[in-house]
Amino acid sequence: MSAVLDEKLCNGCGKLSEPPCVKICPGNLLYKEDKKIKIRDVFDCWDCAACVKHCPRGALYLQLPVTIGGKGAKLRGKAIKNKTLWEVQYPSGRTETYSIRTVNR
Amino acid sequence: MKVNFLSCDILVIGGGAAGCAAAVAAREARPQLDVIIMEKAHIERSGCLAAGINALNAYLNPGETPETYLKYVKKDANGLVRDDLLLTMAAGLNRAARRLETWGLPILKDDRGNYLPRGRRSIQIIGERIKPIMARAVYQAGVRVLNRTVATNYIVKDNTVTGAFGFNVRTGEFCVIKAKAVICATGGACGIYKPNNPGAARHKTWYPPFNTGTGYAMGIRAGAEMTSFEMRFIALRVKDTLAPTGTVAQRRQTGVKQVNALGEEYLKEYPEINTPIRLKATLDQWQQGKGPCYLDTTQLSDAEARKLKEAYLNMCPGMVLYWADREIEPNEQPLEIVGSEPYIVGGHTQAGYWVDINRRTTLEGLYAVGEVAGGAPKKYATGSMVEGELAAKHAVSNLPSSVPEADVQVIRKELTRVYRPLRNGAGIPPQELEEIMQKTMDEYAGGISTNYAFTEQSLLVAKEQLLELEQLAPKVGAPNYHELMRAHEVIDRLLVARVLIEHLLYRKETRWPCYQTRLDYPFCDDSKWLFFVNSRYDLERNTIEIIKRRGGEVSIDECSA
Repeated sequence: MSAVLDEKLCNGCGKLSEPPCVKICPGNLLYKEDKKIKIRDVFDCWDCAACVKHCPRGALYLQLPVTIGGKGAKLRGKAIKNKTLWEVQYPSGRTETYSIRTVNR
Repeated sequence: MKVNFLSCDILVIGGGAAGCAAAVAAREARPQLDVIIMEKAHIERSGCLAAGINALNAYLNPGETPETYLKYVKKDANGLVRDDLLLTMAAGLNRAARRLETWGLPILKDDRGNYLPRGRRSIQIIGERIKPIMARAVYQAGVRVLNRTVATNYIVKDNTVTGAFGFNVRTGEFCVIKAKAVICATGGACGIYKPNNPGAARHKTWYPPFNTGTGYAMGIRAGAEMTSFEMRFIALRVKDTLAPTGTVAQRRQTGVKQVNALGEEYLKEYPEINTPIRLKATLDQWQQGKGPCYLDTTQLSDAEARKLKEAYLNMCPGMVLYWADREIEPNEQPLEIVGSEPYIVGGHTQAGYWVDINRRTTLEGLYAVGEVAGGAPKKYATGSMVEGELAAKHAVSNLPSSVPEADVQVIRKELTRVYRPLRNGAGIPPQELEEIMQKTMDEYAGGISTNYAFTEQSLLVAKEQLLELEQLAPKVGAPNYHELMRAHEVIDRLLVARVLIEHLLYRKETRWPCYQTRLDYPFCDDSKWLFFVNSRYDLERNTIEIIKRRGGEVSIDECSA
């Protein structure tokens, strides 16, 4: 699992040749092909959540591989101007949110 | 293959904390200079700080001085560090922190406006956005950034580094970058040893899996002198997620207890506690039938538990997911701790280039800073930045008026070497070569499966197997540019592993339990071994020479390995 793409929410960022997720993944694990975002090999994902936070559509989330997880909790995030917003979704369905000031201006 | 010829005054390889600080410092010192950062990922989210960071662990709080910092680090490293490097680094730590704050990093403060300490040499920050913040400073300073450009080798002429080769992982374009000075800031090496987690979780390492020791390998191939590879770093981390433990341990004023399966605070049995002993003590509990071991988070208040999750979101978000997946709060269950897979790094331990106080390597024209520079452990983010600034300032003041062009023959040779995996196409997949290397290192060179311990005989087996694997390296195949990068990452790591084995073989004592545990020489012996084990590789002869050095610059003995 690791970074997971919600294909219903992802629009491939339209004509953008290098959407934010493709641009910033430290492992070069995301790419765009036939107007769609694809993940090369989720086994190579470090769980840094950079793609999750920079996706303008919130189409990416983090989920632990069954190897160390397995119940299906999800972590969504969004980096906005000077804050980072997070939503933790428990397997039971309950959610927990965080809003953290991550830039001092 | 399209070849892109570029030229600049200063080339910085790697855009992490050290590289960004170096590039900005160079442009500030002389704004007319052309400075390039060559980065294999994207500087907005690359390197150790890609996910963020929640403390600056190298900072001099009131009462601390560069001298007290040196004393602390030296004790932690059992007496062997480069005093000159640590003192020059520590002197700049607080300036680096203030600099980050002016760039936009939130640093927590007390009522009087002083930075809030996390420990004696650490302050609390909210660092999820640290890399975008650094990247912005780099752009504003007018640095040219080449993202997705993988460095492969230095351009060397007459023992002087005059630039670097690389390729763009998106376009495949080959790059020849000429520079009057080169600053290596690529980070250390993960993935040399079999990881804690298998398969789908193989990259849930603490150290970034994308830091693959390329900066070391380029220096080794060019004949730079390297130091202290044998002081590996093995971190005490949260089981499964490999999340840092300091975040938990310093969450409460009174601290969080480190306990064994019987609930005993086992660290109390040890008269001297330092970083490697915290890890060794944990392994000892297993040997005594008292494992697993835990950080007892059950004493945290609900508010502290939520704060803990916030701290992890700013640095290691997988940890929050780990609790959520189990439907528990951090204070409902103690957190199991384990030793990590071994890493080769110069910012926590001290593996790397042998440098002088200006961070010049033994090769003319080449500097090394941050995790790739040896001799100065515990530099962390701020110390890495200081090293970047020191190197940049020296480079700016000592730039040659020009450097010679690279020979066409040399360019052609590197181009052939770099793209060989593409020509091989369906050759050995990089992942398979990586796995067998990691298995060899784990089993015979002190990986997790042997409690990090080894002997001369086991190291000799590892050495033989690595030489065999080296024969396979020219057969690695890559169907695309991404796999081409992976192919070079494993080729580079194989060389780093070979050098590591020679260092481990040479030091016939146990100086750093766990980091370097020799079952055949189990004791620390200051009378014979209080010196640095350095090495130099001869590419033509494919041999590694070991050089013994005292703290400063004086060579005391040279011999061949």
